[in-house]
This record gives sequence, C-alpha cells and structure tokens, in this order.
Amino acid sequence: MTELVILSGKGGTGKTSVTASFAALAQNAVIADADVDAADLHLVLNPEIQSRHDFRSGHEAIIRQEDCLRCGACLAHCRFEAVQMDGKAAGEATFTIDPSACEGCGVCVELCPAEAIDFPERSCGEWYVSQTRYGPMVHARLRPSGENSGKLVTQVRTAARQLAERDGRERIIVDGPPGIGCPVIASVTGASAVLAVTEPTVSGAHDLSRVLKLAKHFDVPTFVCVNKWDINPAMTEQIEQQAVAAGARVVGRIPYDRAVTAAQVNGLPVVAYSTGPAAQSIRQLWEDLRIVGQASSLSVANNGQPGWLSHQNP
Amino acid sequence: MKLAVASGKGGTGKTTVALCLALSAEGPVRLLDCDVEEPNCHLFLKPQIHRREPVTVPVPVVDAAKCNGCGKCRQLCQSNAIAMLKSKAVIFPELCHSCGGCAKICPTGAIHEVEREIGFVEHGATNGIELVTGNLNIGQPLAPAVIRAVKRHVAPTHLTILDSPPGTSCAMVATVRDADHVLLVTEPTPFGLHDLKLAVDTVRELGRSFSVVINRADAGDGRVVDYCRTENIPVRLQIPEDRRIAEAYSRGATVLAAVPGLREDFRRLLAEVLE
Repeated sequence: MTELVILSGKGGTGKTSVTASFAALAQNAVIADADVDAADLHLVLNPEIQSRHDFRSGHEAIIRQEDCLRCGACLAHCRFEAVQMDGKAAGEATFTIDPSACEGCGVCVELCPAEAIDFPERSCGEWYVSQTRYGPMVHARLRPSGENSGKLVTQVRTAARQLAERDGRERIIVDGPPGIGCPVIASVTGASAVLAVTEPTVSGAHDLSRVLKLAKHFDVPTFVCVNKWDINPAMTEQIEQQAVAAGARVVGRIPYDRAVTAAQVNGLPVVAYSTGPAAQSIRQLWEDLRIVGQASSLSVANNGQPGWLSHQNP
Repeated sequence: MKLAVASGKGGTGKTTVALCLALSAEGPVRLLDCDVEEPNCHLFLKPQIHRREPVTVPVPVVDAAKCNGCGKCRQLCQSNAIAMLKSKAVIFPELCHSCGGCAKICPTGAIHEVEREIGFVEHGATNGIELVTGNLNIGQPLAPAVIRAVKRHVAPTHLTILDSPPGTSCAMVATVRDADHVLLVTEPTPFGLHDLKLAVDTVRELGRSFSVVINRADAGDGRVVDYCRTENIPVRLQIPEDRRIAEAYSRGATVLAAVPGLREDFRRLLAEVLE
C-alpha cells in the first residue's frame, strides 16, 4: 500500500484541485482530506457520509466560581495566557478560563488549592467515512477554534489506512494542510511520498523550500510540481532548480487555466470538467507519478509493495 | 489598535492585504508576521534586520538520582511526554507542550526545566514600517508558542497589523483572539466561501469584530457577496482580478505600486475600520 500526501507550504497553490483530479484518475484508491481546519476536497468530490465519528481529544479547564477562593494560583501557574482576571484586586477578582487559549495541560486543575477547577473532555470536531463516485473518502471537520488538529489528522490517516487494508486498495491519496507545523508533521510522518504543489512567486518558492526541508527531516521522498507556471517562467525555472538541489524530483508543470476555477465553481475535479491545458497537464502528472512509483526498485512502501520513487535524482 | 488579517483558506491574499494596509497607513505602524510556519511579509518589504531573538520553550529534565518513581508527573502530563522506565521518569521533549506542571508537582524536586529553541523572532524596519517576523524551526510542531512570542511586540501606541496563518485552528486563534478587528480575506470561489464560513464561525465564537475583503473579485461567482449580505457582514473592499497584481506579487513587489488607486482604497478601508 502506498500513501501519497499532497502539500504546498503556501496555501492556495492548488493542492485540493490536484488531489481531486488524482482521485478521479486513480483506480482503487482511498481518498483522505487531512486539511482538517479548512477542508475543501468534499466540495468537488461530493461525498455521501456513511459514518460519523465524534473526535474527542484532551480536556479543558473550567473554574467553578462558587468554590473559587480568588487566590489567583491558576493565573500564576498558567503558561498559555488562558486565565483571565477582571479588574478587581486579588482576593476579590473573578478568574475565568478562556477556552480558546486553554491548552488543556491540567496544571491549574492540579494546583488549585480549593480543587475548584473541573477538567471535562473536549469535543474538537468530527470525522467521517464517506463514499464518492471515485471511491471511499475519509475526511473531518475541526470545530471552530478547535485544538489538536494534528491528532485529528492522524485519526483521518489511520482510518484511511484501515479502509485501504480492509478493501484491498493499493493507494491512499491525502490532501494535506498548508504550513509546516503540527498538522503538516502529522500528515507526512510515515507517508510513502509527498507531492509538493507550488506556484512561481517569491512566497511560493520560500514556502516550498521549508516544506522540502520538512519532508527531508522526516525522510519522505518528495516530488515537486509548479502550478500556474507560465505566470512567471523564470521563477518556475528557479524553483525547479532549487527543488532538485534540495533532493526532490520535479515531475511536471501545470499552466494557468481559467478552467481550474470554473471546475471548482461547478463542483467537479478539473479533469472531469475540462479537456484543456491544465487538465491535460494534471493527467500527465498523474501518469508520470504512477510510472515512477511502479518502476521504482527503491520502494519505500511499508509492506514491500512497489512504492513511490526515492528522492534520489536519476 | 490591533488589526488582524486572517482567512480560513490559504492563498487568498492575507499577506497582500496586510502589506497594503501597512504601506497605506498614515502614522506609526507595526506589522507582526504571525504566519510563523511560512512567514512571507519580509520577502516583500525586504527590511533591514536589526535584531534577532531566539524563541525558546522550557522543557523538563529529570535528575534520576532524586526521582523516586512515584509517577505523578506522568499522570499529570496531558501530552504523553513522560514515560516511566525502570521506576524512573523519562522525558520526550519533542512531545512536551511546556506547561511546567511536572516540575511544579514533583514531590522530590527531581525535575527542573531547561530552555529549548523552537524558532526565532526578527525585528526589522523599512519605509516607516516596523516588521516583527516569527519563524518556526523546521520539524517543530508548536507554532502557537512562537506566535505568542511575536505578539509580545504589539505596540500600544502604534497601529499593529497581524498577518495570521491560514485555517481556523490553534495557530489562527492564537493570532486573532485578542484583535480589535479581524479582516477576513477571501476569494469568490466555492473553496473561498466554504472556508470563509468556517473563519466567520471562529471569529464569532471568539467575540471579535470583523469584516470581509474579497480578492480576485471577478474570478468566480457571486455567492460570497450573497452570503455576506445575508449574514450582514460588511464587505470593505473588492480587489479586482488583475494580471498586474499577480505579476507584481510573483516578483515580490508590493501591489500598491502596480495598481494606482489601490492605496486610496486601503486608506478608506483603514479609516472605516479604525472608527
């Protein structure tokens, strides 16, 4: 089984448009949306939800005002600026916990001399197993201002793996989050390969370089594709050279094409909506990825199946 | 005044809007780049960096000779960063969220904390703008800790503009949670609209005053405008889809220079929001 994770560093470079097209082109794949706090893949794959699961993770501290001694110990111990004190002097002030800042560490709960702080489990969102016209899909919704997005990503990937194993599907295609922090780390660790989709802008180049370092740090082979490459051909060249120098492999270019936005407006993957230049390039990109994946003797799959090629350049 | 620029969906133009605001403002302005996973403002402002300070978080260290193996630290730790091995506490620093609880409750005083670097903050200036940039080191998960370090440089006497990371989870919340106003930048596409709704839910839950900027205004359809009208959300500005903007951005140039008239639009926006 192989797991391809689509990343970008910078947001809005076309991860989800590429992933949706791959979902349409792949045979026998499980699709997963790991961008749990701004999940969009379902808008073009229209999944029918088959099962919903509550995502509970961690706890949050809540002060019982009737038992509070107003001593301020919680404020002194909290390192996350989550304890708020109204304007009054200590001894008379009211202390409350801002749930949007509470990390759920439990230090105030433990150290409150009056044991006046409750610590209930926190519901952080939901995840779903669904069916799409292209195969099964696992996706999620983090509650607004939800904590623990990394753990929810891990949950989505685990469920996708289990589904692939159960149904004998060879591939998992994962739409990843932007950035390089906690949810991205949770998306790449242990994956077979990363496809980084970027754009030819100074910020696209800058952010890609950080993603490539991250993928290398976690030892995941990485491919790079420049989207809207013709907006700035010189920058595209520069990004591709930078990618090769960082140990990634350049696999394709996608031209600027209004059909990409039009497909999204019509709720379809680009390759299902258009036969234009972007759709053709994405088909070619998928074909190339599939071929290097299958031809590779440098398999990185975790069970000896042919995998995505290693990050060595030919 | 703290004005945050956020979005939900990535790549809608947060940084472009934050830069235009900073460059249009009259009077002292400080720009805090809180997108510490992928900070970009410096690429456009190219400031002189005059100070760089590390961001560190305290992580525990166990003195095995003093540890009596009681396991209270492991019980307290919500991050699973402490295990008991052969009746001694063992720390996994990369899982630690630096709450400090274990050191505080250890009955034998066997745990003390040392500082671990997870990123840095850079201070620079250009064109009358003070830029403070947060930078999370590669492989480190704890973006909010770096964001909090950046936000210690909010200037009470200045207009402070915060460029937020995308999304609606802890990194975005850490940026906007105490902003006086949040500008949500979106684009008129289904992805833009969907993520705008999530961002609106989030800023409403946080009790923030907010309004919307639509970028690439004629690129998609009219559903974002309809949604804002239905929800009574002010749309402060619509930036047209303009190849000059895309090209200026791609080169790392600021878009105010590329499109005359945009500066006036941003001045008007600032005046409205600052009211």
